[in-house]
Amino acid sequence: MSDNAPVKKQATRDEAALLPPVDVIEDASGITLYADLPGVPKDGLHLQVEADTLTIEGEIDLEMPGGMEASHAEVSLPRYRRVFTLSKELDAGKVTAEFSEGVLRLSIPKAEHAQPRKIEVRVT
Amino acid sequence: MIYRSLFPRDVMSELDRLQRELQQTFHFSPSIRGIARGGFPAMNVGGTPQSVEIYAFAPGIDPATLEVQIEKGVLTVAGERKLPSAAEAATVHIDERFAGRFRRVVTLPDDVDANAVDARYRDGVLRISIARKQSAQPRRINIQ
Repeated sequence: MSDNAPVKKQATRDEAALLPPVDVIEDASGITLYADLPGVPKDGLHLQVEADTLTIEGEIDLEMPGGMEASHAEVSLPRYRRVFTLSKELDAGKVTAEFSEGVLRLSIPKAEHAQPRKIEVRVT
Repeated sequence: MIYRSLFPRDVMSELDRLQRELQQTFHFSPSIRGIARGGFPAMNVGGTPQSVEIYAFAPGIDPATLEVQIEKGVLTVAGERKLPSAAEAATVHIDERFAGRFRRVVTLPDDVDANAVDARYRDGVLRISIARKQSAQPRRINIQ
């Protein structure tokens, strides 16, 4: 799997893809990212964290009757792709993902040392 | 025609799209309801000799709350998309996903049978399949 990963990445990067809309929300514990990927089944979703780059890719798989001719298409490419650069204080190793009904929810926690700490000021 | 595509693409394919849409603008007479792009949910429409297929890209919606209606040859898809609101202490960095009530309307061809409709929701896509009337199906005519 890891052997052919770079080759696959090269191939997919050249293909045109749709940019899925996202919401990114940050709180004290980390970042939550929601992405709309309608039409992507669970096994069509590819998430990758490499160094500080997060890549979200999804292949759309719609059931289409044979011989269908499209007359109007707003979703006109069969895949989504979006790439984000993570910042240092995020713990890329602890990303958790949920995917249901075309909505992806990613939680990226902040590294322990980056969690906000209240610093007590002592008066001496 | 000012709108923002719901799913923008990279620059080259955007140029491609622009060219195609300019062509469409000048060569076709659009329907009176347009089929405005950029609305939610995004829609694809296609057809086979037996049916008309409509795909509405509406992720994260409880299918029971979707209203699908056919009246006088017009298909309406309406509903509401509620997104979890961010906690007070949280910061919203990017806010692109659609939230709120929506309604989209598609003019159907004349030969569809409004009583033979099948609607399914899977992976965030609502697929509406409407059969064409039997009488409208192509028939081979034998020459005596």
